Amino acid sequence: MTAGFGRMLRKEDQRFVRGQGTYVDDVHLPGMLYGAVLRSPHPHARIVSIDTVAAEAHPKVKAVITGETLQRRDLAWMPTLAGDRQAVLATDKVRFQGQEVAFVVAEDHYAARDALELIDVEYEPLPAVADARRALDPDAPLVRDDITNTTSNHIFDWESGDAERTDQVFRDAEVTVSQDMLYPRVHPAPLETCGIVADFNQVSGKLTVWATSQAPHAHRTLYSMVSGLPEHKIRVISPDIGGGFGNKVPIYPGYLCAITASMITGRPVKWMEDRSENLMSTCFARDFHMRGELAASRDGKIRAVRVTVLADHGAFNGAAQPTKYPAGFFGVFTGSYDLEAAHCQVTAVYTNKAPGGVAYSCSFRITEAVYLVERMVDVLAFELNLDPAELRMRNLLRPEQFPYTCQTGWTYDSGDYPRTLRLAMEMAGYEDLRKEQEAERARGHLTGIGVSFFTEAVGAGPRKHMDILGIGMADGVELRVHPTGTAVLRISVQTQGQGHETTFAQIVAEELGLSPDDVEVVHGDTDQTPFGLGTYGSRSTPVSGAATAIVARKVRERARIVAAAMLEADPDDLVWDQGRWFVKGDPDSGKTIAEISWAAHSNLELPDGIEGQLDATCVYNPPNLTYPFGAYICVVDVDPGTGKVDVRRFIAVDDCGVRINPMIVEGQVHGGLADGIGMALMESIAFDSDGNCLGGSFMDYLLPTSLECPSWELGATVTPSPHHPIGAKGVGESATVGSPPAVVNAVIDALRPYGVRHADMPLTPAQVWRAIQGRPFRTDLAIS
Amino acid sequence: MRVAVTVNGTEYARDVEPRLLLIHFLRDELGLTGSHWGCDTSNCGTCVVWLDETPVKACTVLAAMADGRIVRTVEDLARNGQLDPVQQGFIECHGLQCGFCTPGMMMTARWLLDRNPDPAEAEIREVLSGLLCRCTGYENIVRSVRWAAQHPAGHPGESP
Repeated sequence: MTAGFGRMLRKEDQRFVRGQGTYVDDVHLPGMLYGAVLRSPHPHARIVSIDTVAAEAHPKVKAVITGETLQRRDLAWMPTLAGDRQAVLATDKVRFQGQEVAFVVAEDHYAARDALELIDVEYEPLPAVADARRALDPDAPLVRDDITNTTSNHIFDWESGDAERTDQVFRDAEVTVSQDMLYPRVHPAPLETCGIVADFNQVSGKLTVWATSQAPHAHRTLYSMVSGLPEHKIRVISPDIGGGFGNKVPIYPGYLCAITASMITGRPVKWMEDRSENLMSTCFARDFHMRGELAASRDGKIRAVRVTVLADHGAFNGAAQPTKYPAGFFGVFTGSYDLEAAHCQVTAVYTNKAPGGVAYSCSFRITEAVYLVERMVDVLAFELNLDPAELRMRNLLRPEQFPYTCQTGWTYDSGDYPRTLRLAMEMAGYEDLRKEQEAERARGHLTGIGVSFFTEAVGAGPRKHMDILGIGMADGVELRVHPTGTAVLRISVQTQGQGHETTFAQIVAEELGLSPDDVEVVHGDTDQTPFGLGTYGSRSTPVSGAATAIVARKVRERARIVAAAMLEADPDDLVWDQGRWFVKGDPDSGKTIAEISWAAHSNLELPDGIEGQLDATCVYNPPNLTYPFGAYICVVDVDPGTGKVDVRRFIAVDDCGVRINPMIVEGQVHGGLADGIGMALMESIAFDSDGNCLGGSFMDYLLPTSLECPSWELGATVTPSPHHPIGAKGVGESATVGSPPAVVNAVIDALRPYGVRHADMPLTPAQVWRAIQGRPFRTDLAIS
Repeated sequence: MRVAVTVNGTEYARDVEPRLLLIHFLRDELGLTGSHWGCDTSNCGTCVVWLDETPVKACTVLAAMADGRIVRTVEDLARNGQLDPVQQGFIECHGLQCGFCTPGMMMTARWLLDRNPDPAEAEIREVLSGLLCRCTGYENIVRSVRWAAQHPAGHPGESP
């Protein structure tokens, strides 16, 4: 028998290494047409007229759709996941550069692109607001004049924690520090861009879409709500997805245009955005202007955290997060520390920039929270002249405090933080590194050592507290065991590379004593899988992984009844061990799940009320989030002449509870660490003062390559989650969340001889050089 | 215009627009969808194929430029049902997650190993630096290529 958990090669790799994956752009249907989107060159402009006559006359063009076409079908606007509305195709004005204005459908995508050039749009340019800090000025251009009675760019205010108590601690504190910092706008940039193939059958009235979706069931419901098509006539297929990272959670205007075009033409329509469209118009992340403050004692006991945030949501509030949490889970900004008080105040604004707000492996804004608190701890260490690792050790939550409810009300499930930080320090050889750093400094070399400690909250719901557009965050699962003893598991969550076909089979195998090879995992097709909210916020293992363990246990209990009938024994006398049910004290009599399944399908007489077969279903509503954590140490070398940063070493110790497949967990961490290097050193979608996007291609929006990334040094501690059936926690975003502050802290540490206390990401050579000169600049705007 | 290209050992002749990119020729005309398209600007490398034994980014090569020449794609890496050691290495070392960059990575790695059967980590990183991966942080890709170097005859592999 194969053990369920442990290192196991991935089942899905066989097709991928042969070039036989099926991504959306690989779907080719007979008679298929191709769509292309005309986008606004202006960040803010009134649309005077749109002339499509020449485009429609193109011999290969089958349809040209404008906002007016959509308006006739009541589809010109769509709801966003944050309860705002977003223009599908602009009717009144364009509000960001790259906004969707018209959609052409042609016989091939070259022709569709040609026809875009034939559309004549007359714009009346308007002043734009690209600087979030100017968005609430009385004279700022109004972005959302489509909203009735709106006179400002204000979206919401949200606060968390106890303001009065926090202020009191700050008044009494021996030491306070304050620092402004920006988490720049970044983009998930999966290598596969977003796209769809829409196929509406005019006879059956059934719409089938193949889409780059991390949440196919939620998309089906939304398509029904937006289009008016009954939900049972919509089938959403997410085939192989070429990376998501949050980018593929929302529904984009191009999807609705392709669906409409298929309805109009009666033919399947494919639309795949190009790279610039992906970077300029789909969901960005972060864009948080933060002021952090810490109150502490002189010996380095942190007492309180206070934060004010200005959140730039772009032209439409397209953030995707649970309804009650407009700033996501930023409330976890108290981090991994034992505090007396905490308070944060978040104000969100509209600007003439692309819409979005939380995408990119951020665990619903915990990325920003962790960056804020971990940067602030280093600022405090700087001011108190304390070692940053030692300062953290003094303030970390102690193991006996768990479960721990933090000052903003989140209950951390389990942890042994000091053990994890100690392991990271041992692996790094921390003491020796500090000595080496001192010696290097004496020689004029800039070496920096950065530490971060993060706590995440992942695996939304519970459904009582967490929903998206009113749909509670709980996920279904179905497990069928065939007569010959192999099984099919149907799950609602959607892999984008996380290896669900392997790990979910391993969970079933572990629970039922089967080989993972005998468990087929079905996902990514709403006609074949039970409803659920999909994969983002590291929720697959915490939610659907739990559902899978529970449904397998249901099957196991059904098998107990059947095994009792087979063994002519009382079910209560049976014990389960090593993949068999047997009469206590007589293991040789044991029956495997395969034997029991055959019997359950046979004419074996079963007790009254037992139906036969073993199949089971389950909907899992998590009782709490899971709280993975970790300690990261980064070592950098900085060239004082050019400002160039080299990441020499990166040590990452993650605790995500029980690891189903350590190989896959480590792969998830590797990817997130590269993300951290990218965000800390390279990635930023900046704008000029007129609102022109400066990060619209991979020539401008730089991603880390094999040369910027070091060979990662990974460690693990295992503190099981007490409420998850197999003790697992989410891990998909841990490293993306935890690594940016480690890199930034390392660079700032390297610059200590220059008295640098802070500089904003991305720490490009120019930014580092300017910091050395004492003049770090704003990275969200064009360098002037 | 008429273009005749030998792809994976088979000659194909097609009438195409002069502006047709090689990546679209392979994917849309020949149905070889193993090579991907990811950026348009020669940055990501998901479209890497061999043109006369040299890796090229097929998003910036015209189909017309391949006329009379030999193209090899990921679909031709396995021979006689046997995976190339590079393919097996990517499986053994978890060198892929979403799989989108994998064909370009593997075609580049095979080219490297044909020229240097035992490349050091630094050389592997240098050769792969023109290709992007968003999932793996490159570590396991480098290990996969090293695995292939150490197992030139391939390996039967673990389950599955």
